[in-house]
Amino acid sequence: MTEQEIFEKVKAVIADKLSVEPEKITLEARFIEDLGADSLDTVELIMGLEDEFGLEISDEDAEKIRTVKDAVAYIQSKLG
Amino acid sequence: MRRVVVTGLGPLTPIGVGAEAYHRAQLEGKSGVRPITRFDASALPVRIAAEVDVNPEDYLDKKELRRLDRFVQYALIAAELALKDAGLEPSALDPERVGTLVGTGIGGMETWEAQSKVFLERGPNRISPFFIPMMIANMASAHIAMRYGFMGPSSTAVTACATGSDAIGQAFRMVQLGEADVVLAGGTEAAITPMAIGAFAVMRALSTRNEEPTKASRPFTLSRDGFVMGEGAGVLVLEEYEHARRRGARIYAEVVGFGRSADAHHITEPHPEGKGAALAMRRALRDAQVNPEEVGYINAHGTSTPVGDRAEVLAIKKVFGEHAKRLMVSSTKSMIGHLLGAAGAVEAIATVQALYHGVIPPTINLEDPDPELDLDFVPEPREARVEYALSNSFAFGGQNAVLLFRRV
Repeated sequence: MTEQEIFEKVKAVIADKLSVEPEKITLEARFIEDLGADSLDTVELIMGLEDEFGLEISDEDAEKIRTVKDAVAYIQSKLG
Repeated sequence: MRRVVVTGLGPLTPIGVGAEAYHRAQLEGKSGVRPITRFDASALPVRIAAEVDVNPEDYLDKKELRRLDRFVQYALIAAELALKDAGLEPSALDPERVGTLVGTGIGGMETWEAQSKVFLERGPNRISPFFIPMMIANMASAHIAMRYGFMGPSSTAVTACATGSDAIGQAFRMVQLGEADVVLAGGTEAAITPMAIGAFAVMRALSTRNEEPTKASRPFTLSRDGFVMGEGAGVLVLEEYEHARRRGARIYAEVVGFGRSADAHHITEPHPEGKGAALAMRRALRDAQVNPEEVGYINAHGTSTPVGDRAEVLAIKKVFGEHAKRLMVSSTKSMIGHLLGAAGAVEAIATVQALYHGVIPPTINLEDPDPELDLDFVPEPREARVEYALSNSFAFGGQNAVLLFRRV
């Protein structure tokens, strides 16, 4: 999967879980500050990404994922 | 003690949304019972219910909706209706003097069922992080407070079918005692789900008159065979009298008495002679120092179950003696079904409307009155100026709550 493909999928998950307009979901966007997520939203978001990509994301790793870019990079590294 | 009046009505019921529509539907003797559309009920012994006809998206935004169980959505809609009806602009109120007390009998049943499925199929790590905050019973009051920034006392009554009356009674005390000047009080319920309908059905609590939905809720008749599940919410604006007078509010009625009791008898059956019910009615009268003879109307609990209706009639006779025959007694549930935790609230609204408009809402479907139950059940709406009216609510577990209102 290319970075672009991952980004598109991540975008879809974010749009669904956070109910935000897809245009707002840029690589630089921060989940809490820019996309309005609260602590429970971020839990749900991580669960959504796990389901979408068939991954398990540890709480430790999850805490480091703060932007869309973080998520894409993390998923890319996991998928190899 | 401070006086408490009702200045806003927010009914979200199966026969009408908003005070006017609800009032009009009662006078038409409309039934809100129909085949269940919310889910496929074909495998259940009970396939009818009284669903509300409302589009939550007209009131709440999409993101909000996804994070709110239906019982909270209904409460928020009813609260908005009540504030509008009261002519209250939330920003014009002192937010620290506004309380919230909207109860529920069950809470987030729909969410519970959906997440149980996730838990069983996918394990505990896949439960939604919103499951608890969506499901817990206190969230109706909490969300109303959050939405408007009301920082007065916020609480929740959870007394099954007595919830709505219990909440209004407790809110009445809050205002009486000066804890708040305005309280949004009432009840909400959204339990038309496969599990709840199935569960009440196996208790044999529900009517199985599937072929004639509008005839199924028939309190006080010989052929009554159980209640019909309803859903919705009712929120009332209770306001301290001077606060209401100063702003020139329309006053629907005054709350003057609140009485509670326990049957201390059985988990689901009422006391056969209505002992606890009678106690609660007496306490509501005593609370206001009103004589039984001064009461003109009782909005009955009247669920249409064989034992419940009988016990209530016996209790009324016990409290009112000879005067029982002169009283008008009607059951709004004949039209809207049983809204469980919201029942007491939407019935309090009907009671207040009866006093304010001078028309008693009917008990519909009274085609074959039970000869043992020989009170005036008002089969047609009736014009009558009544000074005092009671609204009865009796719950599983034998918890009873009764409100007394006075015409202003």
